[in-house]
Parts: sequence; structure tokens; C-alpha cells
Amino acid sequence: MAGVTDTAAESRPPGLARLGFWMALVALALLVVAPFAIYPVFLMKILCFALFACAFNLLVGYVGLLSFGHAAFFGGAAYFTAHSVKVWGLTPEIGLLIGVAGAAGLGLVVGFLAIRRQGIYFSMITLALSQMFFFVCLQAPFTHGEDGIQGVPRGRLFGIVSLDDPLAMYFTVLVIFVAGVLAIWRIVNSPFGNILKAIRENEPRAISLGYRVDRYKLGAFVMSAALAGLAGGTKALVFQLATLTDVQWQMSGEVILMTLLGGIGTMAGPVVGAALVVTLQNYLSAVGIPVNVLIGAIFIVCVLLFRRGIVGEAVHLLSRRAR
Amino acid sequence: MTMIFGVALPALLGQLLLGLINGSFYAMLSLGLAVIFGLLRVINFAHGAQYMLGAFAAFLLLERTGIGYWAALLVAPLIVGVVAVVIERTMLRRLYGLDPLYGLLLTFGIALVLEGLFREWYGTSGKPYAAPPELVGATNLGFMVLPIYRGWVVAASLVVCIATWLLIEKTRLGTYLRAATENAALVESFGVNVPMLLTLTYGLGAALAALAGVLAAPIQQVSPLMGSNLIIVVFAVVVVGGMGSIMGAIVTGYTLGIFEGLTKVFYPEASNIVIFVIMALVLLVRPAGLFGRGA
Repeated sequence: MAGVTDTAAESRPPGLARLGFWMALVALALLVVAPFAIYPVFLMKILCFALFACAFNLLVGYVGLLSFGHAAFFGGAAYFTAHSVKVWGLTPEIGLLIGVAGAAGLGLVVGFLAIRRQGIYFSMITLALSQMFFFVCLQAPFTHGEDGIQGVPRGRLFGIVSLDDPLAMYFTVLVIFVAGVLAIWRIVNSPFGNILKAIRENEPRAISLGYRVDRYKLGAFVMSAALAGLAGGTKALVFQLATLTDVQWQMSGEVILMTLLGGIGTMAGPVVGAALVVTLQNYLSAVGIPVNVLIGAIFIVCVLLFRRGIVGEAVHLLSRRAR
Repeated sequence: MTMIFGVALPALLGQLLLGLINGSFYAMLSLGLAVIFGLLRVINFAHGAQYMLGAFAAFLLLERTGIGYWAALLVAPLIVGVVAVVIERTMLRRLYGLDPLYGLLLTFGIALVLEGLFREWYGTSGKPYAAPPELVGATNLGFMVLPIYRGWVVAASLVVCIATWLLIEKTRLGTYLRAATENAALVESFGVNVPMLLTLTYGLGAALAALAGVLAAPIQQVSPLMGSNLIIVVFAVVVVGGMGSIMGAIVTGYTLGIFEGLTKVFYPEASNIVIFVIMALVLLVRPAGLFGRGA
């Protein structure tokens, strides 16, 4: 999987890192004023999927493991959060914690099994296990089968702030998103993250240097699953709904597409990809063009023509010009 | 009435037969996946869509041109094989030498497009496709009643699997194929047209999936979504068997189908997930798969 990310992106000139920092600040400023101009629920949807894609990218971009089953963690956490908030009457932050913990637990089981094989087998195993989880959700009583968990109360954050106010909800989601992305940035740029990248580049060598590769992979898998769960739980609060759609394999495919389109192994790529795909879906469902056909077509074009993704290609161009 | 473990014998045999039929499809599909993966190093996610295309080709041949089941058994795989050859020549070919995951993503995109288009044109409800008159009805075997078409599917799939195995293990073409799997550059330097071999292999794999689709058409209804759920189970079958051996793929396919059938008798709630559970157990005990050669 080492071939998926562009190693040139690692040796980018320092000017580009500074540019990235300023662009992130500008983007954050835009996100703070955006809800006054754009429908907040739409923005929150983008933020949830962007965090989901970033969490997925932690695994594929920095460890080189392509999971085809991340829907299980996203949708699973949505169920856990929705159930604990609606049925147990817990506050939203505790509900989110339960969602994250549940997703991490699922990630531990799935990851433990999947990292026993590599490459293409890893992808097939994650897909199969997430499909198994889908069938469990289909039959388990607490998920309410085809109906899903509906009418999830948003509740009061820390028992004080009512999240029924759209702006309060929006800024809560924004804080969660920023915290999640910062956590991923910190993981990637830590000694732990460097070992992950070493595994991606040359696994036998990492083993021969004495690293317990399996433990690092499992650690990254659990973190990725937990962050995907954070995104899923947040989405359940925003839409007050947890359904089978979020645990289906199509959802695993969508998050792959978002990451691939934006740029695997870049910090901003998954965010850009998620924003594009969500916007496209909203637009297409209004016009009545079959969404899956277009998503499939974008997949084909991405894989054939620009494998670095939008942000990846931009970074590549800029760093070549800087040299 | 004879009882085994508290279950009536006819019910048990009926579910065993259903399991055997599912196993036939698992075997034919995982066989095609293994053949394609062996040479092209591509996991063909579009395999389920090609299976669906085969069923639809049979349905449309009958609907539009009046070409019946027996001819469709030959024509539908041919059509799908040609489509696959075009896909290989125009798209898949550009990804050789890259990480195999790109092949998975490309074929995933192709599967989405194909399924999306057929869903748009024909909706999600299944279309009935009648079995040919020769195979309608049932025969009493004394210990159970066997619907003739179901017996035919099991027999036909066994023949197809064995024929494919013979083609790969015993013929000259198969020898080239196996040699190219080991070392493509060397085989090419001996004057074998390896790019052509790759194209044909992908076409053959897709045609096998389409043939399975035609066989399935009278049992299940012809629907755009018939392939996508099946392919994930077949992936699990492939993980259990390991893609190192053709015979391994066949044996694993039938065995897991039978296990699934048995689960339906004794613990129906788990019948959807039993294959995935077996996959998890095999991964714990033998990570390389039952017939695999290393990870």
C-alpha cells in the first residue's frame, strides 16, 4: 500500500507548511461565520463526514491500510449514542463518549482479526466483518431494524446549553470537528505517527528495527475507529436519527471516495473531498440524477487520472514549483 | 417421520439442498475471483455486478429477442465477457504495476455504475425469469422431493467448476496461465502474448460470473441488487479458502454453502452471519486461509 501515498508530499518545502497553516486558519474563520449565511444542518453534515473521512485517512494515509468497513464504526457509534441519549436519557456529551467507546471496542475486535492479513485481504476482511455487523444491526432489537432509532433528543450539553438551538448545535459540532482534526494531526506528527509511516513505507524493515508492527497497526486502527465513531455519534445527534444506512457497505465506499477524491495522506484532502461529495449528493438528489452512478464514475476517474486527489495534486504542483 | 437432532429429515435435506445451491454460486464466483486474482493481482469488486449482468442478459434476451434459456447459457456469458474485455483493455490495464488496491477501487466504481444504471432503468423490484420447461417440476428420490431445476444447478455448477479446473491444470493454455502467474516477464520473453492472456483471463472470469447469474435467474428474481450482497459473502469465502489454489476455492465454496444451510435448520437467526463467523475463526487459527500460501 506504500504506493498509494506520494512520498514527495513528505519532503515538501517549509513554505508550503506555512501556507497550509494560514489556509487552515482562514478555513476556520470561514466556518465560524458560515452558519449565518448557509443552512447550518447542511454545514454540520459536511463537518461530520469530514471528520469521518479524516479518521479513515489516519489509517489509509499514514499506515497504508485500506479499511473497507469503516461504516461499522460510524454507524455503530450512531446507534450507541442515539440509544444512550434516547432510551437511557443521558446527556449528549456522555452519549458521545459511549458512542466513541463502543466504536473503539468494535475497532479492537475488527482490527485484531483484520491485521492478521495484509493488503487486499485486509480490505476484504474489514468489509466482511462490517457486513456481519450490518446483519447484527438488522436483527438486534435495540436498533429497531428498518425504522432505525428516530426522534433522538439533542438534549442539553453538560446539562446547561440546549442543543435544540441550531447555532448552539453547530458550534458544538464545529468544536468536536476541530478537536478531532487536531487529535489526528497530533497523532500523525508524533513519534508514534512516524513509526506508522515507517510501517507504511517498509514493513519488514520496521519489524527488523524491533518495532512490534502489529501493536502499532492495531493502535492506529482503534484510534481511527474511535474517531469515526465520534463523527457517527455527532451525526446521530445532529439528525436525531440512527439508521441502517450508516452501517451499510455503501457508506464505507463513500468515505473511501471522499478521501480518495480529496487526497489520501494529506490533512486537508478528506475535508475537501467530504465537502464536495456531500454537496454533490445534495444537489443531485434535488435534480434527480442517480447518485450511485455518478459516485462510481468519480471513483473511476479518480483512480485512472488523478490518484493523488485534489489536495494531493495541488501540493505536488506547488512543491515542484518551489524547487 | 425420521428425526435427526430433533429436526425432521425432509426439512434437513431441503435446507442442505438450498445450502448446496448457495455453495454452487459461492464456488463459481470465488473460482472466477481466484483465477483473475492469480494472474492480474486484481480483486474484482465488479464480480457481483457481472453476475447481475449475466442474469439481466438472460432476462433481456428472452424479453426482447425471444432467445431462450439454453441459448442464453452460452450467449449471456459471451456478452458479459466482451464487456469485461473492453473494461480490461480501456481501464484495468492502466493500473498494472500499481498497488493492487487501485484495482479494487476501480472495479468498485465500475460495480456502482453498473448497478446504479440498472437500478435506474429497471427499479429495485425483481423480475421473474421462468425455468425452461424441460427443468420444471420435481422428482421424488424416495427420501426427499428434489425440484429438478435445483438439482440441475448443482450438477451444472459442479461441471463448470471441474471444467475450469481442468482447463487451468491440464491444458496448454492453462500452463501458460500458471507460468505467467509465477513470472510474467519470463513467460513473455518465451514469446507468449501475456497482455492478451491477461485480457482473456479477465474476460473468462467475468463470463463465469455471468454464467452463475444465468443459472441463478430462475431461482432468485433478476434484480439490480442481486450481486452486491452476494459478492461480500464471496469475499469472505475467498478469505477462508485463500486464493492460492483453484481447488481450494471450489471446495471452500461448497462447504460454506452447506454450513450456511445447516445453520438455517438449527439456528436460523445466525444464518446471515455464519460465514463471517467462520471467516473470523479461520483467521484466528490459520491466518493464511485453509488453502492459502502465506499472507
